[in-house]
Amino acid sequence: MTAGDPETGPGFPGDRRASGGLGAMSGPPVSRVAFMVTCLGDLFYPEVGVRIVRLLRGLGVTVEFPAGQTCCGMPLFNSGYHADATDVARRTIALFKDAEAVVVPSGSCAFMVKHEYPSLFTDPAERRDADALAAKTWELSQFLVRGLGRTRFRSEIRGRIAYHDSCHLLRGLHESESPRAILRSLEGAEFVELPASDECCGFGGSFSVRLPEVSTAILDRKLKNLEASGADCLVACDAGCLMQMRGGLGRRGSRLRALHLAEVLAPNE
Amino acid sequence: MSEPELATPFRERTGRALGDRFLQQALDIATTKFIVLRREAFENLPEGDRLRDRAREIKEATLQQLDRHLDRLIDEIERRGGHVHFATTAEEARAIVLGIARRTGARTAVKAKSMATEEIHLNEALEAAGVAPIETDLGEYIIQLAHERPSHIIAPAIHKTRGQVAELFARELRRPGLSDDPEILTRVAREELREKFLAADLGITGANFAVAETGSVVLVTNEGNGRMSTSLPRVHIAVMGVEKVIPSMTDLVVFLAILARSATGQRLSVYTTLVQGPKRAAELEGPDEFHLVLLDNGRIPQIAGPLREALSCLRCGACLNVCPVYRQIGGHAYGYTYPGPIGILLTAMLNGPTSVKDLAHASSLCGACADACPVRIDIPRMLVTLRKEVNEQRIAPWTERVAFTILGKVLTRPALYRLARSFGRIAQRPFARDGAIRRVPLAFGEWTRSRDLPAVAPRTFQEQWAELERERAR
Repeated sequence: MTAGDPETGPGFPGDRRASGGLGAMSGPPVSRVAFMVTCLGDLFYPEVGVRIVRLLRGLGVTVEFPAGQTCCGMPLFNSGYHADATDVARRTIALFKDAEAVVVPSGSCAFMVKHEYPSLFTDPAERRDADALAAKTWELSQFLVRGLGRTRFRSEIRGRIAYHDSCHLLRGLHESESPRAILRSLEGAEFVELPASDECCGFGGSFSVRLPEVSTAILDRKLKNLEASGADCLVACDAGCLMQMRGGLGRRGSRLRALHLAEVLAPNE
Repeated sequence: MSEPELATPFRERTGRALGDRFLQQALDIATTKFIVLRREAFENLPEGDRLRDRAREIKEATLQQLDRHLDRLIDEIERRGGHVHFATTAEEARAIVLGIARRTGARTAVKAKSMATEEIHLNEALEAAGVAPIETDLGEYIIQLAHERPSHIIAPAIHKTRGQVAELFARELRRPGLSDDPEILTRVAREELREKFLAADLGITGANFAVAETGSVVLVTNEGNGRMSTSLPRVHIAVMGVEKVIPSMTDLVVFLAILARSATGQRLSVYTTLVQGPKRAAELEGPDEFHLVLLDNGRIPQIAGPLREALSCLRCGACLNVCPVYRQIGGHAYGYTYPGPIGILLTAMLNGPTSVKDLAHASSLCGACADACPVRIDIPRMLVTLRKEVNEQRIAPWTERVAFTILGKVLTRPALYRLARSFGRIAQRPFARDGAIRRVPLAFGEWTRSRDLPAVAPRTFQEQWAELERERAR
């Protein structure tokens, strides 16, 4: 039995006006998920994946990891190489075909699977499989809050935490509340709003190396807002944004940190 | 006509814009103000979302039967004594306007703000034909004095600070020591322009809409110059893209409710001018002749093309204000008449995919434009479509196409993926310190010039999975 269909939940595409509300999905609780680590998560931020696995296990969820994962194909898709992106999508769909639900640590990769995959296929059978994967795929914060109905977590992080709205999670999956609900509930940490939290960090995949100066200027604006927020730590739900923001903070020798949501949540509840 | 900016490569143009302190200051202030005003305007309009949906429906339905609505518009205008011309290209449009100027013996033309006339480079053509064009919108007047071009669809001089405008007026209008108080500057411009209005032979405007059922050309302005351009000169010429026709006055109300809110955050602009043909017998003012030039210039083929959605654009400029790229580089760096996210689509429409080889990538695909668009044009999706077209027509550099083909192979073959991982680990060895890379050669060097790059982890997630599995068993 699959988890409640994310598409029917509040705050998902199709209902443009829904952005608040945290109603959990209807349907039986999810007890088994397949983890899609994504390329950046695998190669650069394995500790995030490890924490997610332990976190989910602590919540009583069995985590599977289909072997042979690479990348969702978004870099190919966004640069306009759609035939290649389709080949990648076809592989990913096959890898996760038997999963009850799929959890992804990045909003952009979740958006790719949920919204771009179905658009790549014209063959009815392939389209059906793409739709099925789209329907059972969750971005992590959404899975925790809307899939499992959990907002209270422990944290080892102290001090002030701000949240950066990743573009694809916010405007693509229309999610702004789930990560905030989790961060607000953390004991020992104080949640502060980041000014202009909905503005892009300047990453944009290949954009960041095609127009590096513009990308960095946009990043500067984001980091200036982070400083203005008074936060010690910036949380995001997207490895792309984190790569950009950490890259900028590191180069500036800043004491501020940019972390994935999973890195501020302690495992075993 | 040549686009002077294009002599410099795009990336260099962006670099120049980023280094221009005045531009950065002007853009930051103006776009931030526009964003706040727009947000507040829609917060006070609970039916805003429904109106936006409705506006898009009207645009789509009109495009379905564009010929019928244009026929009706032409009939209604001609019935009221006006003339309608059809121009397939920019060149034809210029020739039509110049023909009217010549026949009526015109020497000067006052112009209200119009992107369509910018698109066809009308001012240069008028000057060459001995007709002096005078821009009467304050922003357009400023950039005409500066011999520049608009850098924003509704705020053409957005790139200038008020200090720069004061200096410009002092120099060009010979008024030394002029204050940079916007009110004083506006009064100076008004004094200069009053004479021109009274003496002008032609009034040239664009059009925000044309209502088919009444034959009305609609101008939405804030300064009253539009109204003076349509009523004082003896000949009024309006130049308008064919997609601007809407069926009825009821439809017009829907668009007026969202246009000014999206553009400037006003509930309604100060003037909404409806023009129905030339002056009639009992009327005291108005032109003797009225002409509408309907401009195709690449639009009609897109009714059935990949850029169809862009034909719904109202030219409100909201997508420019929220675009992180536009906010950093301003309008001139784009190099063509229409800047910003929608401008890239319109440039492709007017000039073909080669013209947007670089511009199609001038977006992080953040989606802020689609969110702000009053008619919900999915700009990011069409930018991706343009990128695809640029690749498929082999306009993109072959090196890039090869690199992405290799990436496609790596991402569909786990063995190659693992090989690339191992290669990355070896290649990064001389550069990585504490998991971060500060400088590398080749394409990644574009990243590391201003940002650290994460190093490939000593043990990737996949390499740790077996252990994680055992952890569960314990």
